[in-house]
Amino acid sequence: MLRNLTEAYEFIEKQKEIRNAKLRNLSVYICVGTGCSAKGAQKVYRKFQEVLEREKLSVNVFKMDDAHEGIVRKTGCCGRCSSGPLVVVQPYGYFYAHVGVDDVEKIVERTLKRGEIVEELLLIDFETNERVKSLEDTQLYKRQNFYIMEDIGKSECDSIEDYMGRGGYSSLLKVLSSMKPEEVIETIKASGLRGRGGGGFPTGLKWEATRKSKSDVKFVVCNGDEGDPGAFMNRTLLERDPHLVLEGMIIAAYAVGAQKGYAYVRAEYPIAIQMLQKAIEDARRLGLLGENILGTGFSFDLEIKEGAGAFVCGEETALLASIEGKRGMPRPRPPYPAQAGLWGYPTLINNVETYANVPRIIRDGVEKYRKLGTPGSPGTKMFSVTGPVKMTGIVEVQFGTTLRQIIFDICGGLLNNEKIKAVQIGGPSGACLSVEHLDMPLDYDTLKSVDAMVGSGGIVVISEKTCMVEVARFFLDFTKRESCGKCVPCREGTAQAYRILEKFVNAKASEEDLKNLEFLAKLIKTASLCGLGKTAPNPILSTLRWFRSEYEAHLRGICPSGSCTAFKKYVIDEKLCKGCGLCARSCPNGAISGERGKPYVIDPEKCVKCGLCVEKCRFKAIKVA
Amino acid sequence: MERTYEAVEQILRKYNYRRENLVKILLEVQKLHRYLSKDVIHYVAVALQLPPAKVYGVATFYAQFSLKPKGEYTILICDGTACHMEGSMSLIKAIEEEIGIKPGEVTKDLKFSLDCVGCLGACALAPAMVINDEVYGNLTPEKVKEILRSLRGDGDAQKSN
Repeated sequence: MLRNLTEAYEFIEKQKEIRNAKLRNLSVYICVGTGCSAKGAQKVYRKFQEVLEREKLSVNVFKMDDAHEGIVRKTGCCGRCSSGPLVVVQPYGYFYAHVGVDDVEKIVERTLKRGEIVEELLLIDFETNERVKSLEDTQLYKRQNFYIMEDIGKSECDSIEDYMGRGGYSSLLKVLSSMKPEEVIETIKASGLRGRGGGGFPTGLKWEATRKSKSDVKFVVCNGDEGDPGAFMNRTLLERDPHLVLEGMIIAAYAVGAQKGYAYVRAEYPIAIQMLQKAIEDARRLGLLGENILGTGFSFDLEIKEGAGAFVCGEETALLASIEGKRGMPRPRPPYPAQAGLWGYPTLINNVETYANVPRIIRDGVEKYRKLGTPGSPGTKMFSVTGPVKMTGIVEVQFGTTLRQIIFDICGGLLNNEKIKAVQIGGPSGACLSVEHLDMPLDYDTLKSVDAMVGSGGIVVISEKTCMVEVARFFLDFTKRESCGKCVPCREGTAQAYRILEKFVNAKASEEDLKNLEFLAKLIKTASLCGLGKTAPNPILSTLRWFRSEYEAHLRGICPSGSCTAFKKYVIDEKLCKGCGLCARSCPNGAISGERGKPYVIDPEKCVKCGLCVEKCRFKAIKVA
Repeated sequence: MERTYEAVEQILRKYNYRRENLVKILLEVQKLHRYLSKDVIHYVAVALQLPPAKVYGVATFYAQFSLKPKGEYTILICDGTACHMEGSMSLIKAIEEEIGIKPGEVTKDLKFSLDCVGCLGACALAPAMVINDEVYGNLTPEKVKEILRSLRGDGDAQKSN
């Protein structure tokens, strides 16, 4: 328990020494983010324990649970989820990828005992095709701007001591000891920080509005309801550095004058919840949360609220309803949460990543912060990259980086030399951009100019093989299900738009449908109550804008990418068919007929396009047109 | 696992009978019961002094909640085209013979529940089924029976119907 500021400063200095000593010593860091854990990082960890126990080496193995004695810690996500499980050996900085249980002995024997590199486990750089010694040597690392995610492969994600050893909570101390709440707000305003949840609203203005609302009770809420399919940076951030988010929240509470906070995290993120819970308990233990923090007279406490699976709860007013234990339904604004939020009291609500920026801004000062990014969108943004690219995972780049840099220079381009057709950015509320946008510098304003948005930051790469109408259908299927049903335009509109898109992929659409779809999409955008409905038509509008020819081709009975089943025709090649009848016997719908010994034929009326006959035919006589 | 109201009461007590904790309470109760029964919803509503309709409203709103009983092992039989061809129906029959439930039902001891799904995307392994996220492929009625027996963790083939 730290009783005052002096003690806290001393504590931080001590932790810095301890941490530096640790980094000088032999230690193994294992990434235990969700990606690496899914690939067996836990097993690798246990194997390390086992081997080290047998060898009696003094190595700190960093990992997940605290059940082990000795120094047990883990390192957070390194962003290279597709190469996991990842292991970093300090002080050499060797960076091993795809580490399996069988490789542990090798690492212990050669690296830990003799300091040699295990060549075959090093990551192969996608450009030079050579093995790279350390994380810092990878192209991936050099081309990113790690700012929120600094200390990759050298940090422990579940230890408040390690966080303080990295200079953590210094920003809080600076704020508590030498800044008035108004000064903090001025700093945030001057930094130009914009909401990382997707909308890009200037954070400082939000804080100011909450500060100015007169009330004895105020709340601070952290929005961690990352419901977008294909987005996972909030989860990554909470898993790898929960204290950073926590510190940002405490500073925010001080600035706006709040006494209580809620962190709203999806129940689908058990590891993130666990980490944040531990972070909160540790902060209470040291007296950084609770009554009279560090003897300054400022009190603030925090609890976690779990979401129970509703995409709409990412919308701020719906999220507040959900915290109150109601159905997560949005309500009209104004009044904005800054005036009347939780139970009618002024409430500040920001995204996880927005809070994570705050301690950095206080630490580095406005000028240094504004060096990153563009004048209109300062700072960095984490993006999660998925789709058929060589490196899927988390990247952090400054605003103003282009999609081409992210997809080709950092993520290594597409797999199997496929050609890129489109990029879906910002999840179901985002838009599909075409190849001509690849060189556009990404920030809030440029994306807005092409009717897209940063959204939460999910980037899904789409190759030539995917049908854009099908992409739109997929997202509408999602928003249709997730619409809360409160307002008619969204509830009925998304369902109807989905039906029209289904007609398109099932080859049943007409010119009229295309007109209706466009009209309906614009109507939903204009008339809906909340952000979900207002942005739900974006996938439709953007595909209509940049890929209209695909919709028109579907009207003519062609699916350009050849992925919509309804447009496939199965025919039997007379020359190759021997007339054995195997296909006819296996057809579930009796669509194939003929005489043994002569070529068989498929009745297109009856054919359900299941493709079973293609599999069964031993002479490769059945073709898909 | 005891499914008593005493345990529900403990959860309610833990959250001080506060309405704003309704979502958390329901999540925990569901962990205990694996679904939210009518009775439990009424019980929680009375305890929090809320109309049952309000609690229903919350329970039906969020994707995490199920109002239908689920077994300890939730079996999903794939009935996509390929699996259908390879005899998924015979698997369903085998399950019925073994534990006496049809699709959409749950055994009396709540050990197993059975549902059919359109396609699991495991067509290469047809016929396939999934039990609690574990995929089993290339099944025969005999294999299914064996799997169920091993999950029941007993040699005696006690029927629960």
